[in-house]
Amino acid sequence: MNVEFINPFLTATIGVLKTMAFTEVQPGKPFLKKDKISRGDVSGIVGITGPPNGSMSLTFSSGCIIAIVSNMLGESFKEVNDDIKDAVGELSNMISGTARNDLGNKGYSFKTSIPAVVAGPGHEIMHMCKAPTIAIPFSTQAGNFVVEISFENGA
Amino acid sequence: MKPEINLNMKILIVDDFATMRKIVRNILKQIGFTNIVEADDGANALSIIKQEKIDFVVTDWNMPNMTGLELLKNIRATEKAKNTPVLMVTAEGLAENVVDAVKAGVDNYVVKPFTAETVQEKIEQIFAKRANA
Repeated sequence: MNVEFINPFLTATIGVLKTMAFTEVQPGKPFLKKDKISRGDVSGIVGITGPPNGSMSLTFSSGCIIAIVSNMLGESFKEVNDDIKDAVGELSNMISGTARNDLGNKGYSFKTSIPAVVAGPGHEIMHMCKAPTIAIPFSTQAGNFVVEISFENGA
Repeated sequence: MKPEINLNMKILIVDDFATMRKIVRNILKQIGFTNIVEADDGANALSIIKQEKIDFVVTDWNMPNMTGLELLKNIRATEKAKNTPVLMVTAEGLAENVVDAVKAGVDNYVVKPFTAETVQEKIEQIFAKRANA
């Protein structure tokens, strides 16, 4: 996968969470993820149509996403409910859209799908292509989350 | 100079995500607007627009069934609503998308992510321009 694709998703994640949820996040070292098991409790996934085709996912620990959505909506949430899942979908939408705009300025033309949200411990994330998945871990004061991106080979 | 805006105007927020409707509603309430209704897609929004008197529409772009752009075109083609101000809230910041929205008659647009201040500025720009038209 083209490493040029990693940075737009990283900066979009930092920017969206800072602007919309008033949350500072710290990126960790990206790693190659070789299985489909999620690294958290709730995930949003967005299909990306190019070329190249690919997908992006966000996976949050419960504590992390509850704190983020509470900040974002100015309400206090206690558990991962439908409101939290809806917010994960919208965050996936905003982060993929912002990254896509950035890549658009670099000459790539992408479309993104309506996000799908999956929850539950140990759920699987099915990326759109069989290429390696790059995972970027992030930490916040309330817990961790992971952004995964996968684009078809040759990109 | 800031335009005089009727804070009692009826505003329709259109977005398939309840989260974004809530964020926009919170910002509009912060500005002082009190009369706010919601729709979860373009088709439902158009039905409300045809049945009720809506003074201002804030719509998402990327929605199932009817996109924000299609909704905008439908509003401009509906006699009773054709002059209704429309603010597009979108992740589509690409130049060609903005051009499409302007051609279809959008009054202003906000690219996600956004701050409350940006939304307020965009709304003030809309009503300042309309007051001077």
